Amino acid sequence: MATRQTRILARTMMAPAVIVLLIWMAVPLAMTLWFSFQNYSLINPMLTGFAGWANYAYVIGDPSFTQALVNTLILVGGVLLITIIGGTFLALLLDQPIWGQGILRILVISPFFVMPPVAALIWKNGFMHPGYGMLGHLWKAFGLQPVDWFNQYPLFSVIVIVAWQWLPFATLILLTALQSLSEEQREAAEMDGANAVNRFRFIILPHMARAITIVILIQTIFLLGIFAEIRVTTGGGPGYASTNIAFLVFRTGILSNDIGAGSAGGVVAVIIANIVAIFLMRAVGKNLDA
Amino acid sequence: MARRVPVQTRIGFTILAWAIALLLFSPILWTIVTAFKTEAEAIASPPTFLPQTFTLENFGAVQDRSDYIKHATNSIIVSFGSTLLGLLIAIPAAWSMAFAPTKRTKDILMWMLSTKMMPAVGVLIPIYLIFRDLRLLDTLHGLTLIMTLINLPIIIWMLYTYFKEIPVDILEAARMDGAELWNEITHVLVPMAVPGIASTLLLNVILAWNEAFWTITLTSGRSGTLTAFISSFSSPQGLFLAKLSAASLLAIAPILLLGWFSQKQLVRGLTFGAVK
Repeated sequence: MATRQTRILARTMMAPAVIVLLIWMAVPLAMTLWFSFQNYSLINPMLTGFAGWANYAYVIGDPSFTQALVNTLILVGGVLLITIIGGTFLALLLDQPIWGQGILRILVISPFFVMPPVAALIWKNGFMHPGYGMLGHLWKAFGLQPVDWFNQYPLFSVIVIVAWQWLPFATLILLTALQSLSEEQREAAEMDGANAVNRFRFIILPHMARAITIVILIQTIFLLGIFAEIRVTTGGGPGYASTNIAFLVFRTGILSNDIGAGSAGGVVAVIIANIVAIFLMRAVGKNLDA
Repeated sequence: MARRVPVQTRIGFTILAWAIALLLFSPILWTIVTAFKTEAEAIASPPTFLPQTFTLENFGAVQDRSDYIKHATNSIIVSFGSTLLGLLIAIPAAWSMAFAPTKRTKDILMWMLSTKMMPAVGVLIPIYLIFRDLRLLDTLHGLTLIMTLINLPIIIWMLYTYFKEIPVDILEAARMDGAELWNEITHVLVPMAVPGIASTLLLNVILAWNEAFWTITLTSGRSGTLTAFISSFSSPQGLFLAKLSAASLLAIAPILLLGWFSQKQLVRGLTFGAVK
């Protein structure tokens, strides 16, 4: 159906987007790769020349790297677990015949629109602060010693904040999927005597599988790069207790001005993300009919 | 939805749902009420819920301290500028992928989405150095450019899914009537695609407004957006809970309202139409 002319025109129209994204990917990545093999520090200009694998050895051999990697996995995994289980539960609840559904939806999805630094600051100062945070008051009301969340449970605190931000997204997507399930199908299952648990397992869950896949994909893309929440709450600390890969590279490259080591860390981050990406893209490619 | 259930069940579910929804909303609610309290009341123990002395002075203090208006203007320029620039590049690309697909179109789409998987830290250092050398650090056009690039794949994907739903028959009918390609686009396609383009614009403005990594690393005082503005409050000195709440409220209010009004369009946009 497409004429030769149309096809040529189509190529031309795609070109800017493809070229722009290709440059955006290739140039900085090539530079990161190049820097990662150089001795390059903004603080010590005398330090130059080829570094071989030294930057990589430095980054990977650094115990903080291993910790950042583990923290990244715990952060992504923890948030996914909370948001998907919590989101499924909330979606099922909001799908019930209840009063005020419209307002409830608005309340539940609101955290999604809160910018990450604000979310982090609200939790840090208004809620988790041992002195005047809400949770502090609550603990005191029960005669308990308020918890200093960010010092005692830094990574857990960050997970709570991030999960709070992403739970609405999961809920909204899962609720939409749930509402597309036909009423007849449910009623038929009910007639056949399937109890609530079986209805959930054999009808609702399979129906939501696709939506869950999408939630995992989109959230993982964003969760691998969690940055602002850590920056304004714990600053990666205490020590490296709440440092993830994104924050570690920022710390090494930009704060410590060690371009070589920072770049090596960046390359490692890209490799990790790509492993995740290949895995996810295949799963989604099957599910998503582009 | 309109299932018949005993009224007790309905009451039970309603109470449970409201309790959970209010719990999830409480950090925002708490920020709103605290923003109108005096500093002394904000940290009082036991806490008060509604402000005893209603005050607006926190908002004035935030403006005096860090010039909220300037940062908000920057946020508006960057989020709308990058979205419009993105649309300019994405509309033709999405059009050709939806209406003149080739065998490789699906691969190209997947590749575009995969650029979103590239962690920002992987390219932060070169971008930082390039920006430094080109004097783009802490400038609005530099930031707009970055924001366009990071959101471009999402814009293309969203538009693609919306365009895909426009029946090809209509376009062919227009073609039969002798419409030139340009006319076909401007007179037939664009009017039909306006709702999709509007949703795309909306969602990307929200994403760009809330983007924090690049605004924090590439800007300082001059061209900082609201995410950079609010991050400067992370150190406690000089700013207290009531003022921080006022600043937070000012930073999130515009996008919160926008989000509430557009929640229906969000699901399709966020999932590229994969969940209906």
